[in-house]
Amino acid sequence: MSQQASLSWLAGHEFRLGWRDWVSLMTAGGRTRARIAFVALVIVGIFMHVFAYWTVATHADANLASGTAALVGITGTVVLSWSLLLSQAMESVTRAFYSRSDLDLILTSPASARKVFAVRMARIALAAVTIAVFLAAPFINVLAALGGGRWLASYGVVVAMGASATAAALALTIALFRIIGAKRTRLVAQIVAAVIGAAFVIGLQIVAIFSAGNLSRFSALQSEWMLRQAPDTTSAVWWPARAVLGDYVALAAVVIFALAVLALAIFVFSRRFGEHAIAAAGVSTTTVRQRRRTAAFRRRSPGGTLRHKEWTLLRRDPWLASQTLMQILYLLPPALLLWVTFRTGHDASVVLIPVIVMAAGQLAGGLAWLTISGEDAPDLVSTAPIASNRILLAKIEAVIGMIALVFAPIVAFLAFDALFATVVCGLGVLSAAAAATIIQLCFRVQARRSHFRRRQTSSRFATFAEAFSSIAWAATSGLAAAGLWQAAGPAVVALGILAMVWTISPSRN
Amino acid sequence: MTSSNRPIALALRGVSKSFDRPAVDALDLTIYGGEFYALVGPNGAGKTTTLRMVVGLLKPDTGSIRVGGVDALSDPVAAKQITAWLSDEPMIYDKLTPYEYLEFVAGLWRIDPAVAQARARELIGWLGLEPHANERCEGFSRGMRQKVALAGALVHDPKLIILDEPLTGLDAGTARQVKDVLRARVREGGTVIMTTHILEVAERMADRIGIIAGGRLIAEGTLDELREKTGETGTGLEDTFLALVAEQAAA
Repeated sequence: MSQQASLSWLAGHEFRLGWRDWVSLMTAGGRTRARIAFVALVIVGIFMHVFAYWTVATHADANLASGTAALVGITGTVVLSWSLLLSQAMESVTRAFYSRSDLDLILTSPASARKVFAVRMARIALAAVTIAVFLAAPFINVLAALGGGRWLASYGVVVAMGASATAAALALTIALFRIIGAKRTRLVAQIVAAVIGAAFVIGLQIVAIFSAGNLSRFSALQSEWMLRQAPDTTSAVWWPARAVLGDYVALAAVVIFALAVLALAIFVFSRRFGEHAIAAAGVSTTTVRQRRRTAAFRRRSPGGTLRHKEWTLLRRDPWLASQTLMQILYLLPPALLLWVTFRTGHDASVVLIPVIVMAAGQLAGGLAWLTISGEDAPDLVSTAPIASNRILLAKIEAVIGMIALVFAPIVAFLAFDALFATVVCGLGVLSAAAAATIIQLCFRVQARRSHFRRRQTSSRFATFAEAFSSIAWAATSGLAAAGLWQAAGPAVVALGILAMVWTISPSRN
Repeated sequence: MTSSNRPIALALRGVSKSFDRPAVDALDLTIYGGEFYALVGPNGAGKTTTLRMVVGLLKPDTGSIRVGGVDALSDPVAAKQITAWLSDEPMIYDKLTPYEYLEFVAGLWRIDPAVAQARARELIGWLGLEPHANERCEGFSRGMRQKVALAGALVHDPKLIILDEPLTGLDAGTARQVKDVLRARVREGGTVIMTTHILEVAERMADRIGIIAGGRLIAEGTLDELREKTGETGTGLEDTFLALVAEQAAA
């Protein structure tokens, strides 16, 4: 047994909490669901391996002699994945700063706060590495099975990516604290994290649009221009890619460098972490005055009152708005493609419509959760003299209103390209948004708006149903815009998902 | 005015509600207009469940509930129009100011905007919220949040105000302000029903006190009437309450 308050003792405590968080995430807090969660994990694992086989099987023969094209492709994938890991790690670091949880206990105990925070940072790194390994494993396993054991070296690269991403996240978040202060960091760090996660994907898509006229990231990575700009194959830039391909010297260098950077980051920042956490805790006491001083009360119907409240709350909460509207970032490349093809006279609407419809479904799901489940004064609304179905209707209207506000300009712009496609796109957006709202309605819970990030863990079924429903409506719209009768297939699937959701809906039962 | 010729503000007849076990058991309760009624009882006695059924947040398994003569189960909207509910945990919107919150409540109750605004000003003044009336509620202390929630409960001028532990966690000054506002409502003819664990508050403020235990009303009346039931005079509500609850537990 380790000595109390020692590093190993604290690590044991942190990792026990981490393990319980993970189990709770998988089982939604129900012990009896552990077996179901295990079966679901196995099924997801099999599905991921099939998907990996479909996407990377043809690349299993790549090796160190494959030249610059292979190195560019692998490096691009590594950078893309690293940016996503960095985004995730920044979210975790920000959460650690702003979550009160056991902070009072830690900072008032005689245990060394530096040790506690060092262990906490290591836990964040371990979580990042675990997620990375979990997501990369199917691809690495398929490559190793088809192309040889040398591909297993990729696991080392994945560990290095997780460690270095956490180190970078710590440095970035603490830099934000120092530059803009505790008050603004919470919002800015979340936005920076989301932008970092999206920026590389969007950047590659934009390059692909201009170089190949499509949205494929790989078109950009394999373009003539990109290959011409690439440094010599002996450059250190390619070490991670060389390590992936089985160069063990490069692997050792990459892993040692990443772990050293992480250790340095923990050593440097653990001292300041407590001070920043205390600064973050003081943020909530900040007062915000509204410019509107006791303006006259306006006459609104109860439905109008509820809609106005929903829109005001969303508008005034930049963090929530950024969380929900960040998905619109992914609409930038399709919008750019639309603009480029509109100018060149090519019809890109068939490619764009599924992206727009998918985004509408996902955005509507988030907004529907906020308006329907995320009610901060449920007793007040429930005891108001309004029929409960009128309350729900007003909340649905609030969601559809916001979707219309975001997507109407995009759909209208599409009308310049093809009128039929515009109608199909409009219907697709409405269907996907309505379906996502119905799913949230069927799985509504009582929660605070600030629990928005936890919505996906409260009902995994609702999350998957929402995602698959959006995908099905996107496919239906894309095929319908192309004039194909096969559009009926995904439409039936989409309706089937709704029927299934309705059947097992906890709120109906 | 005697009980028999006063209007009935709330009548519960044979109301029962069970979760894993019975929470409220065939409860009969009558509260008159213009009365301050305190419902006290040990933890888990069924106080909050009873009140949540009255305001429509829970449906009773059996029984009837009439609010101001309106059947609250068959016409909940009409019953809610004349009722206000305030729970122990103030539920308000962090991103709205107190004025905006009151405008929202007035909109839900369809109160004329001019009337609602005048009432909102008055309530904000009474409760000492004026300096913060245009600040978002996110930085407010618990006491200030409770005051905003109370103002929300009163802005639509309800005939029946139902409060569940409204003084929990409030400092002495804030608690005094809340009590003063509630007393003023009763003087103006409103009816207040309040649960509390602070027996001193019930003793000082309530016209009648109901003691609930095991989901049943075990005693009811003025403090003197309750004392008579225990056969002890000159004792406080605390002794009377403990004696009656112990008697019920032994039965």
